[in-house]
Amino acid sequence: MAQLTYREAVARGITQEMERDPTVLLIGEDVGAAGGAFKATVGLLERFGPARVRDTPIAEQAIIGAAMGAAMTGLRPIAEIMFSDFFAVCWDLVANQIAKTRYMTNGQVTLPLVIRSGNGGGSRFGAQHSQSVESWAMAIPGLKVVAPSTPTDVVGLLAAAVRDPDPVLFFEQKSLYATKGEVPDGEVVDELGTAKVVRQGSDATIVALAAMVPRAVAAASELAGEGIEATVIDLRSLVPLDVSTVAASVAATGHLFTVEENPRLCGWGAELTSVVADECFYDLDGPIVRVTTPHVPLPAADALEDLALPSPSLIADTVRRRIG
Amino acid sequence: MRTDPSVGLETRLALYETMYRIRTFEKRAYDLFLSGLVKGTSHLSLGQEAIAAGFGEAMREDDWSFATYRGHAHALARRVPMAAIMGELMGRACGLMAGKGGSMHLTSVEHHMMGSYAIVGAHLPIAAGAALTAQQLGTGQVAVCFFGDGATNIGAFHEALNLAAVWRLPVVFVCENNLYMEYTPIAAVTAVPRPAADRASAYGLEPIVVDGNDADVVLETAARVLDRARSGEGPSLVEALTYRHGGHSRADPGKYRPDDEVATWLARDPVLRYRERLLDGGLEAGVIEGVERAVDDAVAEATEAARSSPPPDPDLLYRDVFADGGASWRN
Repeated sequence: MAQLTYREAVARGITQEMERDPTVLLIGEDVGAAGGAFKATVGLLERFGPARVRDTPIAEQAIIGAAMGAAMTGLRPIAEIMFSDFFAVCWDLVANQIAKTRYMTNGQVTLPLVIRSGNGGGSRFGAQHSQSVESWAMAIPGLKVVAPSTPTDVVGLLAAAVRDPDPVLFFEQKSLYATKGEVPDGEVVDELGTAKVVRQGSDATIVALAAMVPRAVAAASELAGEGIEATVIDLRSLVPLDVSTVAASVAATGHLFTVEENPRLCGWGAELTSVVADECFYDLDGPIVRVTTPHVPLPAADALEDLALPSPSLIADTVRRRIG
Repeated sequence: MRTDPSVGLETRLALYETMYRIRTFEKRAYDLFLSGLVKGTSHLSLGQEAIAAGFGEAMREDDWSFATYRGHAHALARRVPMAAIMGELMGRACGLMAGKGGSMHLTSVEHHMMGSYAIVGAHLPIAAGAALTAQQLGTGQVAVCFFGDGATNIGAFHEALNLAAVWRLPVVFVCENNLYMEYTPIAAVTAVPRPAADRASAYGLEPIVVDGNDADVVLETAARVLDRARSGEGPSLVEALTYRHGGHSRADPGKYRPDDEVATWLARDPVLRYRERLLDGGLEAGVIEGVERAVDDAVAEATEAARSSPPPDPDLLYRDVFADGGASWRN
């Protein structure tokens, strides 16, 4: 076991995969000499050299296009989009090209690539450097979407993403980069599409993702003091979506709450809610409730941003009012 | 006639055969559209055949082609079977992608035809990525990326050229400048007279403008830039001047073009011109006619094969979204 930060776990995961497979390479803005804007790729250039760790210009279409072309011809690239907000300037390559090419070519083209990106709020960066865009990706057929919440999951899910034959968007939550956790020694490989029950309780199911996971856990602890025991599920992956784990929990608790960092409309929780309403309706003892950021761009000021993002007390309050 | 002795008779005849095949195929595709058998839209390369043929002839078998929605010609130049292309245009089971892509997305990995891309400019960085593979694995392959003049004003063009130049990637960018982006003359919306070549210097590249209606010139140019890429000297940007005989797409009769301009370019028809050149060079008319008859027959056969092919299997709707062969997004 080693105590690693979330950002160190990124470098650990990439190192593990680059050592294992010589066709894996890393490209992106400032990923080499600078070690990444969030210092998540420190040491990789020194370890693997400039042919496999490549700094790019600020040119997101070039980065994603190059990753696609490399993936379709025999490499397994990891591309970095520094802030997930910048997906907006290369969305053609992601949504039109990468996502659809296997389908349109009747399976001729395989795209084993990973796009890592700093996602989410809490860093006071304002509306264009703070968005949670995982639901954008979830809406496009052909993409897999992963968002880990712990250092161990960063390593294991990143390894799974690199080994996966499909394109995976890997969202690293910026406000989690400094958080620490124990990571097992040796090779760590996880499985995409598997949610994790991080806390067991019989009164309510709270499903969260990435930075909302520790907040949901904090809310559950608060509720436990009042005699309400909540299960917290870390969804970890939006595509594939682990409906079974959620459904099994809802069957036991009768209450579902989703905690989403994204703005309200068309967030992943809406999809999960619709699936549960459809398939688990008779297990429910009350309405399904979504806790999200309001449908506003994220403001920069700390006081306003904190007000916007779902807090442990907002989550606890929501659960308490519904089932208390 | 060009007397470059390195271009032998066999090569010349192959060039003509490819151009004539593209011409005949495209005309047939147009007829089939008018009769309702080809659905949707398609973008023909009538008048632009020499570029596909010249590059196709010069490329190594394992070099990669990246084309646009005006891509039938490039698939044909890479020897993708005509019945499969025709079937794809008609949305039939025998189609190259079983009807899942359509005219604008012709792809045959087996023939190193790595796709036709329908969002203008998108495939330039993708071709650069393929070249990255060639460089990284030392395969000696070159990626050749064909695009229209309209693509020279979109960001991806500039991003790809810069990246390819910085990394010295083995990629050749070929601008098929047919003077019109879609309906608007490219000159009316571009700051420089040569939309591709005048941008070359910004990326440290040589400005190359060639007669894209002369298959010999294209072949010679292609051989030179492919060789440069293969020997590790980096990318090239070629602007090949040409002209669409028809409109932008099926819906466009191309009436916005001045009559004298059309007449001038029709007189430079790359297929007829090359035929005359072969005759002037002493090739017997009978040999050329023999090639033409064989192509006519092959196009007729391909048309019949596509026409008699059933629609795609309904199961295909849910196939190959993901590499496990399915479309499942949940457990």
